[in-house]
Amino acid sequence: MNIKILGPGCHRCEELGNITKEVVSELAIDAKIAHVRDIKIIMEYPILTTPGLVINEKLVVSGRVPTKTEVITFVTNALQGS
Amino acid sequence: MEILATVLQSGWQALAEYLSAHVITCLVPAFFIAGAISVFVPQGALLRYLGPGANKLVSYTVASVSGAVLAVCSCTVLPLFGGIYKRGAGIGPAVAFLYSGPAINVLAIVYTARILGYDFGLARAVGAIAFAAGIGLIMAFTFRHGEKTKDTAIFDALDTSIPGGMQGWQLATIFLSLFGILVFLSANILVGAIISLFVLIWLLWCYVNRYELQAWLTETWRFTRLIVPWLLAGIFAAGVITAFVPEQAVSGWVGGNSLLNNFTASFLGALMYFATLTEVPIISALMKLGMGNGPTLALLLAGPALSLPNMLVIRSIIGTRKTLAYVGLVVVFATATGLLFGLIYP
Repeated sequence: MNIKILGPGCHRCEELGNITKEVVSELAIDAKIAHVRDIKIIMEYPILTTPGLVINEKLVVSGRVPTKTEVITFVTNALQGS
Repeated sequence: MEILATVLQSGWQALAEYLSAHVITCLVPAFFIAGAISVFVPQGALLRYLGPGANKLVSYTVASVSGAVLAVCSCTVLPLFGGIYKRGAGIGPAVAFLYSGPAINVLAIVYTARILGYDFGLARAVGAIAFAAGIGLIMAFTFRHGEKTKDTAIFDALDTSIPGGMQGWQLATIFLSLFGILVFLSANILVGAIISLFVLIWLLWCYVNRYELQAWLTETWRFTRLIVPWLLAGIFAAGVITAFVPEQAVSGWVGGNSLLNNFTASFLGALMYFATLTEVPIISALMKLGMGNGPTLALLLAGPALSLPNMLVIRSIIGTRKTLAYVGLVVVFATATGLLFGLIYP
């Protein structure tokens, strides 16, 4: 699984990164997490406000920090989808 | 050794001065308001007016004032700027939003008014909104032959409902009581502040559930943690500036209200980077060293909106020509406004 955190380096983006890392290690998924800080690349996704969470190149949430439960749902949904 | 002692002493004095009770009483409610804005205000409802299909007049108006609600730090401003430019209402409203954001968010206005005085607080807010619309319109006219987007999907998909399913008037009364606390505390009318606080608690009890309340407190704490350390560092630096920068240098460069004085303040302000709110103590220190009223406002209008690092990011989104035009317009507008303000308030 390919996960990207979109955010130019703000507080909330770091928080989303930490939550995502926790979820990935707790669920023991084989996933690559990348933090995209370049605003030009961020703008290639349909996003208006950061932070954004991208799973397998699909933007699943943006503009807020989702709760851990939400992230677990996003990740498991993506697992079932693939 | 002696220098070090002076540095510590002057920095410490500045901290003591800025952290006096009357400053804290206005900053604490302001942080709670900023937290409430980011949790309760339906951002999607505002953003929809910045989409490609929105009425142009509405777009410019919303873009010029929405910084008060949407922007608290530059990390939220820049992506949103890119989104409005590439997928939304285009370069004009995007630039208007980019410019007004740092100047008219609730923390900046409250803090400017408290430290530099109400006339500067008001001049900053009004100036920023007028500038934003003016610069946006000129940019849109100059670059009117650009590509147009028709990608409305992302704006149509926005969630415009109020978080937690509150009614509009319930939200409005909550904010009214929050601002009541802020205003009464600033005016030193304790009874009013306490009444507002009780009204607020009653409203929260009736309309806000535990989950949202927790989100609000988390967000308030997040802003505080994000901004306060930088602010303390800025205040300390301001104290050191007061001790070490010679008065002649300040009064020579920006002491009067000539065209050159105002231009210098605008130009240097455009290049300098200020973390959120730190512009206020630093500008206040320069005023004590003899900076004139005109250049002060010019610096306040050009400084927080632009910096060398954010120019580079802006350039990567809109290209070199548009960035240069934007920077040039900000410097020209700030110089002219400073000149005018200096004539009215010498």
